[in-house]
Amino acid sequence: MIGAAAPIRARRVLPGFTLSLGTTLLYLVLVVLIPVLALILKGAEIGPERFWQIVTSPRTLAAFRITLTAAAIATVFNAVYGVLMAWVLVRYEFPGKRILDALMDVPFALPTAVAGLSLTALFSANGWFGQYLDAAGIQVVYTIWGIVLAMTFTSIPFVVRTVQPVLEDLDTTLEQAAMTLGARPWTIFARVVFPAILPAFLAGSTVAFARSLGEFGAVVFIAGNLPMKTEIASLLAYIRLEEYDYIGAAAIALVLLVFALVLLLVSNLLQIWAARYREVK
Amino acid sequence: MSHAATSFAPGQSRTGPRILIGLAVLLTGLLVVAPLIYIFARAFSAGWGAYVRNIMAPDTLHAIWLTSITALIVVPVNILFGIAAAWAVAKHRFPGRGLLVTIIEIPFSISPIIAGICYLLLYGRQGLLGPWLQAHDVQMMFALPGIVMVTMFVTAPFVAREVLPLMQAQGTEQEQAAVTLGASGWQIFTRVTLPGIKWALLYGAVLCTARAVGEFGGVSVVSGNIRGQTNTLPLQVELLFNDLNAVGAFAAASILTLIALVALVLKAVLEGRKAV
Repeated sequence: MIGAAAPIRARRVLPGFTLSLGTTLLYLVLVVLIPVLALILKGAEIGPERFWQIVTSPRTLAAFRITLTAAAIATVFNAVYGVLMAWVLVRYEFPGKRILDALMDVPFALPTAVAGLSLTALFSANGWFGQYLDAAGIQVVYTIWGIVLAMTFTSIPFVVRTVQPVLEDLDTTLEQAAMTLGARPWTIFARVVFPAILPAFLAGSTVAFARSLGEFGAVVFIAGNLPMKTEIASLLAYIRLEEYDYIGAAAIALVLLVFALVLLLVSNLLQIWAARYREVK
Repeated sequence: MSHAATSFAPGQSRTGPRILIGLAVLLTGLLVVAPLIYIFARAFSAGWGAYVRNIMAPDTLHAIWLTSITALIVVPVNILFGIAAAWAVAKHRFPGRGLLVTIIEIPFSISPIIAGICYLLLYGRQGLLGPWLQAHDVQMMFALPGIVMVTMFVTAPFVAREVLPLMQAQGTEQEQAAVTLGASGWQIFTRVTLPGIKWALLYGAVLCTARAVGEFGGVSVVSGNIRGQTNTLPLQVELLFNDLNAVGAFAAASILTLIALVALVLKAVLEGRKAV
């Protein structure tokens, strides 16, 4: 009973509530909410018919298709690579492990424009990788594979960093039990480990996908930006702005905003699921 | 750590782990390490002299200056916002706390280029506030204020999300004791709360700085890319690349890469400390 009373009293005791909450709200309203509201208001101005016309025009549809396809491929790669990295970093001891772990944060820290520049040069016909790929007849730069590459690089950390802590907390007795029963390593992973990391894995993949959909800096360098072929949605919105077609830009940006908010919701729900999973365990 | 390693140990071959480690190292080498090394290889490909000449080019120097000014404004403001948000949410109870935390996280999920478009639709000539701003002769877009505000949008969650969970975990008992002893609000914060969160605060500030310095998409929309005037360093990289000045682009990129690497080292150092 006494313990229950404490938090209620705490609300009044500590000073600075009005000041800190006021500052927080003012900042969020000015910096985040009003600008987002401006986009929504501009979008509402367009009217459903015109909006539909813009969003379903062949060039816009192609841009959305390219963005979604490339983001999906990048996410599938990062899902596999992320689990591999998390597994290796948690379960094995080897020299250079800490460096490998730190390298996972490079895509967060490195400006996307720098990543785009470097990847473009690496994979262009005279670059370190491009020269061999070119000889083999594979073109990466200025194709959808370039977009996939750029999206992959910038969203590398998400799956690793969400799966890693879950894997660290995982009790290994179940795996040992499975091994005693004669299960092979792959069976143990698929039947025992994977179900436990699944919520975190899905949450990380969702965030990676969302990040890939919104990636701009790295992609514009490597994509070549050909309309209908290698033009991503956010670039098309950018081009519309440069043409002073604010309505067109707002419509495309609104669709991307809705995508982003839906994915945010999905990843939040997945994270709640993941948290519950860990508590049950 | 070791308990995990033993799970495959007795009688099992070491080939499986070796292959997985090898694959992890190989993929990371190709995907992450090669692009890093390549930046410096290309930046210095024409020698030190050319490198220095490219860095000292007036437009690049101006871009470095503009990026520094932006970070110098954004990071302190972000620290203050982060502390205020964490203090309000972690030390008090009020309806809508969960919603507030979600709103703080929103900029993470919105693509910076969308943020830039939002700002242009608000402050640009055809924007909602455009006519008013023009009447009062205020230049927000294609100038420093726009660049700073978009960068603030993009980096808004960085400090708050590091400090908030820590403040929450530390609870309010110590602060309440200080209140009972007659300490003022400022004394409580500087003597009781701040010592406990300083490493997390610094950690958030480092991440915020790295992000602010490297911001591209949002700034690209609101800067107008005016050569030698509103080009930040990442935009200057793109401009030099489009000018087919590869060495210049890589030289400018190498500065950004160095900042990123310093941030990563600081991050690794602080990670150990903030956990204590």
